[in-house]
Amino acid sequence: MKPKGWKELKPGAVVTEAGSAEKFKTGSWRALKPKWKEENCIQCLFCWIYCPDMAVRVKDGKRGEFNYDYCKGCGICALECPGKKGQKAIVMEEEGK
Amino acid sequence: MGQNGKRVVAVTGNEAVAEAMRQINPDVCAAYPITPATDIMQRFTSFVSNGKVKTEMVLVESEHSAMSACVGASAAGGRVATATSSQGLALMWEILFIASGTRLPIVMSLVNRALSAPLNIHGDHSDGMGARDCGWIQLWSENAQESYDNMIQAFRIAEHMDIRMPAMVCLDGFIISHSIERMEYLDDETVKNFAGEFKTTNPLLDIENPVSYGPLILTDYYMEYRRAHAEVMSKVSKVVLDVAKDFEKISGRKYGLFETYRLEDAEIGLVVLNSAAGTSKDVVDEFRNRGIKAGLLKPRLYRPFPYEEIGEALKHLKAVCVLDRADAFGASYGPLFMDIASGVYPHKNGPLLINKIYGLGGRDYLPEHAETVLAELAEIAKTGKVKTLREYIGVRE
Repeated sequence: MKPKGWKELKPGAVVTEAGSAEKFKTGSWRALKPKWKEENCIQCLFCWIYCPDMAVRVKDGKRGEFNYDYCKGCGICALECPGKKGQKAIVMEEEGK
Repeated sequence: MGQNGKRVVAVTGNEAVAEAMRQINPDVCAAYPITPATDIMQRFTSFVSNGKVKTEMVLVESEHSAMSACVGASAAGGRVATATSSQGLALMWEILFIASGTRLPIVMSLVNRALSAPLNIHGDHSDGMGARDCGWIQLWSENAQESYDNMIQAFRIAEHMDIRMPAMVCLDGFIISHSIERMEYLDDETVKNFAGEFKTTNPLLDIENPVSYGPLILTDYYMEYRRAHAEVMSKVSKVVLDVAKDFEKISGRKYGLFETYRLEDAEIGLVVLNSAAGTSKDVVDEFRNRGIKAGLLKPRLYRPFPYEEIGEALKHLKAVCVLDRADAFGASYGPLFMDIASGVYPHKNGPLLINKIYGLGGRDYLPEHAETVLAELAEIAKTGKVKTLREYIGVRE
């Protein structure tokens, strides 16, 4: 998309389009990447609740794969994950490994 | 009730500003009273308590909060007003930029007072000058009448659909805010009709059309927003003049971007803001009586500063003294001088300029000060030689 010139901007930087944050992909900021281990997942959806962005996909009440376009690697999901029998369902790994 | 529904009254500057606010009846007012503006809010809160206005009055714990609440209320879609002075304005500083950058037409009266330290409560322009570049419109007022008139016009200017910028109405602390003068009030209906219905732009409370305020704008767009802000400021002068024309119809009082007094054929002139202009005009008259062609220019719209128009108005003079009731530390010139010099600069054969710093912390500005300065200007006009570019006057050595 061609960047807008100053004459095309909304006065006062007011965002008038609801939900437009979806267009702003911030996944490239990440240094650590969460990895989902489905075998340890109890479907509590804590990760979905705690994720400050929208990096955890949920469909029909079931957890799906991460959407890394919005994951900044904060690690909150991995911290909150209760896992199964002491085994975490989300672990943080170094990006690029 | 006088002619055409006008009321002739004897009131203080603060009383006049509070009366303008009552007549405008803003939706929200958030304030933290401070000397010498306290009286405005004391009177206005009485109007609120007595049901004279429908304003939602928010009493906050600091000026930072006062301006923050004004920003929120304005973004929500309300007509918003407040008042402050000195340290209060200084504490608001951060939020002043947010109000203007977000294009919120908040109207605030600033009762000019010196800044600490040393602690001082008296009239001085240091506070307003410190906020001159914060993106707000600034109107300056000589007396109670102008404070009242500017306050009423400020709503129309700030809320104009081409502008949508906050506006500050400045008046001198104590000298104007606490002195009783004869002036004229317009009737309530006239002011109400003049101000008109408040129009909202992207109000937060319109839940059918959700909006977000205050996004993060980085290197890719920040400069474009600043350019857009600058463009709006370039349109303010025209709106100020249009509003003044309408205001003349209801009041009979004429306003421009600045006032000129006996300036058209003048050879020497004073440039001075606010109350000191009154004293200076008397002395200009004395000099005229002695056959010396003296004149005066008093800026009204100080931000955005009408550089071109002021340059045109002063270019034919031989010598001009800019009187600053604030210093700009750093051994440079006073803030008003720097703007006047910028306006005169394009005119090759423009006047010689000198700068005097006067009246700090409420120090009296006396007719003899104006006399000394005008005499010095007459000498400069004759010889073409400037001895002192900048100095303090009315100060003990």
